[in-house]
Amino acid sequence: MITARYHREIPQRYRLEAGKCVKCGGVHFPPRRICPKCKGKAFETVRLSDEGRLVTFTVVRVASDKFSKQTPFAVGIVELNDGVRVTTQIADVEVDKLEVGQKVKLVFRRIQEDGKAGILCYGYKAILA
Amino acid sequence: MRDVAVIGTGMTKFGELWGRSIKDIFVEAAQNAIEDAGVDHIDSLYVGSMSPGLFVGQEHLGAVLADYLGVNPIPATRVESACASGGAAFRQAFLEVASGASDIVLAGGVEKMTDGADVTDVLATAADQEYEVYHGITFPGLYAMIAKAHMHQYGTTREQMAAVAVKNHRNGAKNPNAQFRSEVTLEQVIGSTMVADPLRLLDCSPVSDGAAAVVVASLDVAKKLNKGFAKVIASAQSSDTIALHNRESLTTLKSVVNAAQKAYKMANIKPTDVNLVEVHDCFTIAEIVVSEDLGFFEKGKGGEAVVKGLTAIECGRIPINTSGGLKAKGHPVGATGIAQIIELYEQLTAKAGPRQAKNARIGMAQNMGGSGASCVIHILEAQ
Repeated sequence: MITARYHREIPQRYRLEAGKCVKCGGVHFPPRRICPKCKGKAFETVRLSDEGRLVTFTVVRVASDKFSKQTPFAVGIVELNDGVRVTTQIADVEVDKLEVGQKVKLVFRRIQEDGKAGILCYGYKAILA
Repeated sequence: MRDVAVIGTGMTKFGELWGRSIKDIFVEAAQNAIEDAGVDHIDSLYVGSMSPGLFVGQEHLGAVLADYLGVNPIPATRVESACASGGAAFRQAFLEVASGASDIVLAGGVEKMTDGADVTDVLATAADQEYEVYHGITFPGLYAMIAKAHMHQYGTTREQMAAVAVKNHRNGAKNPNAQFRSEVTLEQVIGSTMVADPLRLLDCSPVSDGAAAVVVASLDVAKKLNKGFAKVIASAQSSDTIALHNRESLTTLKSVVNAAQKAYKMANIKPTDVNLVEVHDCFTIAEIVVSEDLGFFEKGKGGEAVVKGLTAIECGRIPINTSGGLKAKGHPVGATGIAQIIELYEQLTAKAGPRQAKNARIGMAQNMGGSGASCVIHILEAQ
């Protein structure tokens, strides 16, 4: 991955920074320039809740080359306590025992490696709360 | 806007066409469509293709294909809307003729997926690269999450999803252009390799090469040619959030609902007026969800409808994917939306042979991109 492309997402991946629309209060992750709800253009930076519940998930058994060494791994959509939803891996679990509705917490983890000579890429993964 | 008709079609067989290039398969399909239409020229061409740059290292596809088709200097443009690229290309051709800017336009679609690219990675570019794909999700994975949510909310079952694959393979077995001309059993689907729980290999459309093309023309031109044609009575397109996690519902594809509403309004018909439909069954669960979102079945009843046979060719209710769908016919992504139009044309002009549905007067094609971030719907009527 090109380092500039990785670098500019760090506030979101490391610190869960989102944009809260000053006009309607809608929270958007990642931040946007235009609020899709009210078309507002002013935002304040807020940090997302790191706790939530699993809305749906799958176990990826066939991945792209970049992730093939990690299979099988669970990926799900987590609804955080502030209502924002994110797609994330669910780590440290027996993938066959996961259930919709389980409470989870986001933690900081390594996500992928950019080949042998590239950068290590970090971000959030969910673990059972 | 003036009336527009489909006046000719051509397509390659779909499959693993290792000996043939993207240029070669597109030109074959386009040439056949032009000859079938019986026209001596085209005014412009649109080609739908999702990712020739990543699949075969070739962009600027409009120019490449116009050159090899020998139609320079007409305008030639590639249209991209992920797996809905073909449908979007057809829509551009429709709008160009409907507006009066051109009389005869070729709409094609092509994808060459078996040249060695990491197909899972290329297809994933249709999702949010930084906030979905970054975390390792794949396209089977995204639809698996829709499947899991649909099962959780409505009680849709493993067997109901498998029944979609069984039906579509049964139809595909009757289609000479299909990639898979073999039937499969419920047990084979349920016993196939797990790809992304709960979706298995036989829930997934295959990796395919293929090209398809149609000629669209003003109704005046179509009538003068004095041969079979089908009138385009609706063209609609809608968009939704790129990331699945940002949708209000994981079990309803809002782009499909919205495009369908617009299409029904434009054609001035109701879902019950439609005699057959080609839907975008990239995964078995997609056919179930879409059949509900198009208004053919109550929400949550799409799976049950397949098991009851309500979507089979011989059912009389609403035959879905008489061509074999993406599942059995194959899914060279950019070509898919055009191949759907070709199936409607064959059905509406009573040329579908053993796949022919009874009373085929009005047919719908639903083509979508990504996990439903874009949807293109067309409705055609027999003349």
